[in-house]
Amino acid sequence: MKEKNEQTPRVYFDHNATTYMRKEIIELMMPYFGEKYGNPSSLHFFGQEGRAALDKARAQVAALIGADPEEILFTSGGTESDNLAIQGTVRKNRDRVKRPHIITSSIEHPAVLRTCQALEKEGSEVTYLPCDRQGIVDIRRLEEIIRPETVLVSLMLANNETGVIQPVEDAARITRKLGVPLHVDGIQGVGKIPVDVSALGVDMLSISPHKFYGPKGVGALYRKRGTGLAAVYSGGHHEVGLRPGTENVPAIVGFGEACRITALRLEQEMKQIGDLRDRLEKGIRERVEDILLNGAGKRRVPNTCCVTVRRIEGEALVLNLSVLGFAISSGSACASGESRPSHVLIAMGLDPVDAQSTLRISLGIGNTVGDVEAFLEVLPEVVQRLRKLSPI
Amino acid sequence: MEIVNAAFFDHFMDPRNVGVLEDPDGKGKGGDPSCGDWLVIMIKVREEVISDIRFQCRGCSAAIATSSVTTELAKGKSVAEAREITAEEIEKGVGGLPEEKKHCSLLGVTALNAALDDYLYGKGKKKA
Ligand SMILES: Cc1ncc(COP(=O)(O)O)c(C=O)c1O
Ligand code: FES
Repeated sequence: MKEKNEQTPRVYFDHNATTYMRKEIIELMMPYFGEKYGNPSSLHFFGQEGRAALDKARAQVAALIGADPEEILFTSGGTESDNLAIQGTVRKNRDRVKRPHIITSSIEHPAVLRTCQALEKEGSEVTYLPCDRQGIVDIRRLEEIIRPETVLVSLMLANNETGVIQPVEDAARITRKLGVPLHVDGIQGVGKIPVDVSALGVDMLSISPHKFYGPKGVGALYRKRGTGLAAVYSGGHHEVGLRPGTENVPAIVGFGEACRITALRLEQEMKQIGDLRDRLEKGIRERVEDILLNGAGKRRVPNTCCVTVRRIEGEALVLNLSVLGFAISSGSACASGESRPSHVLIAMGLDPVDAQSTLRISLGIGNTVGDVEAFLEVLPEVVQRLRKLSPI
Repeated sequence: MEIVNAAFFDHFMDPRNVGVLEDPDGKGKGGDPSCGDWLVIMIKVREEVISDIRFQCRGCSAAIATSSVTTELAKGKSVAEAREITAEEIEKGVGGLPEEKKHCSLLGVTALNAALDDYLYGKGKKKA
């Protein structure tokens, strides 16, 4: 086994967790931490400087997803966008519907799942759609499940663990026909695949720029004109009263720029990442036996590889690879600990022990062929070492 | 990952006493194969002293590191002394564990005691 030494690489393969920021974005943000500190709500010239920056960023975010600027609400991140969409819809319908009904899926991010679970405790009803072995949410029964009390359908665009793209367009055809709003957690999709809100037919879409080389702690909720929504926070008139609070101007400026650059480079960069991912998966298939590439046969965002390395615990593999200079993530830890095997992999029907043996490798625009080759060099050795330790 | 100390990484990356013993005097298991963490310890006993010990583990990093420490602590101890090894002692051997990893060191205690039970009362019991 190679020891940690000066030559230990520092390879980041965890871009679905977060990305670094593009340098040009950081540079553009800097003045808004410093001299351009005005509150966009202020009438004077300091405030107007901030207001102009906000307007520009709003237009840039809107342009990336084919929306109008007035349809963009800035939030503190993807989690808040999901909460605002779901809680805000339930609030809006509180007087009209006694027991609001929400339809979502079993593979959503905790930002959606836990929000729904919290609402269940407060009297809402939630239906969790199952998914198939490939990680695609089964929407065949959506039409019959929708009922007069159904206030919202919430589905993700791409899954954060598998990268599998969900049948949002098909769901939208149904929700439109029946007049139920559709919220889409687009956090792992926007910035990785082209997204057009009208083509998708969604009513609300959550976006988070730290997944595409923008800043953390800022996000947006696209809300189609006329979609009923109530604020979750109380406060001032910001963001048409739906999201009160003085705006995080530097982060929003960075968000806008991330959207602008992404729109220009998406096609070329994603082709490059897709090729790298294919090389990675081909290499893993050739060099490591007894593995599963989850969702690999389906439409996925181009950067994500979800691989089960059987007979090894994912956490041990992740830590061993980290010692050797590769940053990846595993969705799960042991059942006796606090963390459970990933709910996504379990919903896909993976055996819990296999779910525990699963890695998520998520590539980014900074990764090179050399990074992938170096990883493919190291991986078989590490797998062999850990399998040798194993009694099974 | 909160685990940063050298002793932990040493035992995780280079665990001691890995493998199986032929014709062991005692063999014990810890953990639950169905939940994925599984430790097997085998011992040889000469004149009531653990003369050799081996382990195999499918588990998290902390399970691997603490299993290695368990075997080091047990080797050379008498059967009675080995009974006294605690999870805390094992944890100390890897320089401490974060809260959510404390249960990992129990695997070693369980498997070691099962191996001692097997030696004393089980199939492979006390050879004259
Ligand atoms: C699918 C999905 N939804 C929501 C979130 C939460 O976004 P944020 O980290 O911006 O709050 C994430 C990020 O991990 C995600 O992957
Ligand atoms: S044995 Fe459960 S996390 Fe280590």
